[in-house]
Amino acid sequence: MCDSKIKLKEKDIAKIKEICEFFDNKAGELISVLHRCQSEFGYLPPEIQDVVSDFMNVPVAKIYGVVTFYSFFTMKPKGKYPISICTGTACYVRGAEKVLDEFKKELNLEVGETAADGKFSLSSLRCVGACGLAPVVLVGEKTYGRVAPDDVKEILAAYEN
Amino acid sequence: MIKLKIDHKFVEVEKGTTIYHAAKKLDIDIPILCYMNLEHLDIENKPGGCRICVVEVEGRRNLAPSCSTKVDEGMVVRTNSMRVINARRTVMEFILSDHPKECLTCSKSGGCDLQDLAQQLGVREIPNEETCEMSTYRLDTSPSIIRNLDKCIMCRRCEMMCNEVQTVGALSAIHRGFEAAVGTAFEMNLEASTCTYCGQCVAVCPTAALTEVDHTPQVIRAIADPKKTVIVQTAPAVRAALGEEFGMEAGTLVTGEMVTALRNLGFDHVFDTDFAADLTIMEEGTELLGRLKKHLAGDKNVKLPMLTSCCPGWVNFFETQFPDMKDIPSTARSPQQMFGPIAKTYFADKLGIKREDMVVVSIMPCLAKKYEAQRDEFKVDGNPDVDFSITTRELAHLIKQANMDIKKLDKSDFDQPMGESSGAGVIFGTTGGVIEAALRTAYEIHTGKNLEKVDFDQLRGMEGIREATVDFDGLDLKIGIAHGLGNARKLLEDIRDGKSHYHAIEIMACPGGCIGGGGQPQHHGDSAILKKRAAALYREDAGKPIRKSHENPAIKELYETFLGEPMSEKAHHLLHTHYFDRKRKRNIGV
Repeated sequence: MCDSKIKLKEKDIAKIKEICEFFDNKAGELISVLHRCQSEFGYLPPEIQDVVSDFMNVPVAKIYGVVTFYSFFTMKPKGKYPISICTGTACYVRGAEKVLDEFKKELNLEVGETAADGKFSLSSLRCVGACGLAPVVLVGEKTYGRVAPDDVKEILAAYEN
Repeated sequence: MIKLKIDHKFVEVEKGTTIYHAAKKLDIDIPILCYMNLEHLDIENKPGGCRICVVEVEGRRNLAPSCSTKVDEGMVVRTNSMRVINARRTVMEFILSDHPKECLTCSKSGGCDLQDLAQQLGVREIPNEETCEMSTYRLDTSPSIIRNLDKCIMCRRCEMMCNEVQTVGALSAIHRGFEAAVGTAFEMNLEASTCTYCGQCVAVCPTAALTEVDHTPQVIRAIADPKKTVIVQTAPAVRAALGEEFGMEAGTLVTGEMVTALRNLGFDHVFDTDFAADLTIMEEGTELLGRLKKHLAGDKNVKLPMLTSCCPGWVNFFETQFPDMKDIPSTARSPQQMFGPIAKTYFADKLGIKREDMVVVSIMPCLAKKYEAQRDEFKVDGNPDVDFSITTRELAHLIKQANMDIKKLDKSDFDQPMGESSGAGVIFGTTGGVIEAALRTAYEIHTGKNLEKVDFDQLRGMEGIREATVDFDGLDLKIGIAHGLGNARKLLEDIRDGKSHYHAIEIMACPGGCIGGGGQPQHHGDSAILKKRAAALYREDAGKPIRKSHENPAIKELYETFLGEPMSEKAHHLLHTHYFDRKRKRNIGV
């Protein structure tokens, strides 16, 4: 259950409307709309899903279904540097779990959590389609390949300042 | 045409047919679990998710789900090879691995598709059961429906009913993998969602993941309390389906046997909701004629078309999804909610008892009626007009608990005065029936003439949206009918867009009307059952000596001695209601 309560401003609603209209309010474009909304607002709280539901005429239960199905979408604000560890099959067998554990330890965060200072957030995702680089870690838009647990400190250090 | 071989027999079917349906043609019943075909609605649920219906197709490496695999020329299919049988049993073991093993006390026991199938497939143990993790989804109880998702097998039939058939959009598949479930937006309680309690999800659920709130314990307690006078009313659709729970053919009328059973159960007075349906016609029919008269006199503010208001699922639907149109439906209460206040005033006075000492129970084909009975506007100082509303299925349980069998009971008649009804009241239970009943009375009042032919055949049938023009002595009265909320939505959108040309529209939330209600015996998608139930109600109507509501002598007496006339102040107070804007409130500050 998510009970975050935020207040959307008039201009936020106008922005969501604009995104929906860009995709002609077509139900088939729901994922694209949500994608765009998340890049605009950083995450997809219930309030945003409600507004998208109104504009696109798609039941909000369906939207929540899509948001909770894809690990890309998040209902919690992510950190300034969102870290995602791929735990798809290829990455998993090449030790992604150990890498993930190392990030958990270093950041003192569980999967799905955001640090109190808002700097880092930790999530796992299923396959980014770069299996040749397994195990793969994403920090924001930057991709790290063949990551070993020992590399974790170094990766994080690049964001210290 | 495509020719193929199934279990050593040749069969020819049209291109595009699935293996499952081709096998049906050979009378081979491949077991199914998630698949459901609602032919009458032209809707099929085939997520291909459960894999129970797998078959072996020669030349293919993997087994194929027969519900969603189309036939090919020359295909050779085995539906019962050892490989198939083993696979099905394994699939079933997987499904059962995280399913609660409490069949003995489960409310669905004896009527559970999953249980039947486990039995058929001969599952005797779950491998590595001790290591299986159980789902621990929270229980969600609403006034009408209980969601126990630990028992959900993700067949997604409920999702199909809620979205495609009813367009209510309360339920959707959420999360993924082990956490996957069918849930509401943000996992809010059903009560906070757009759910209308139509109960069509419950009507198709193969397990006890979705069930009605059981009110039979409260009914038993009331009957056992010597201080209480317990009165029961039975909705029209119940008599046309109750027999099915006792193995009788669909469409068998068990009106008299049902009355006997209720009397044997200990109800003090066995009455008929059909009486209240006649009363509804008096009020709703008068309201329609009043609006028509104003309209014909050139009043631009009068709200037409008038929509019927006897279906509580439908009322919930427009309150949550079309609140801007809440002044269009008739203000007449549903028959259930007309019966309650009349019983607790008029009849309680006759008995000389206090309102608090009377308990009104209703037997309904419906789950939304449970919620309706609990609405605040239908209470007087906290005392509800209708205390408990139980379904056809719950009544069948009560009768079985009392070791009675409907098949073996004698027939008997309803008690007087609130057991007296016309044929018009009976057909309330099927789509088109309410408007036909209304026209029988409205015609005679409007024209002052005797209606020779009371059967309005043009209003009958199972088409989702129907229309007819009825000659009201020179006035062409345009009637629309919709059943199933998806169809209702279409007519409502037309009204909102100013495209509707009807004078009156009948709407029932469930496909088929009350005969297909969420509280009826499960029909497993067999539309023939709905047709038989409807035919039974028209049969009972045709056999009644009185077939027009305004000719019901008990109704006449009620107006003469108590209410005055239709739409009188007293009638308004007791028999009419108002509607609310219940659009789900969003938390958006501007």
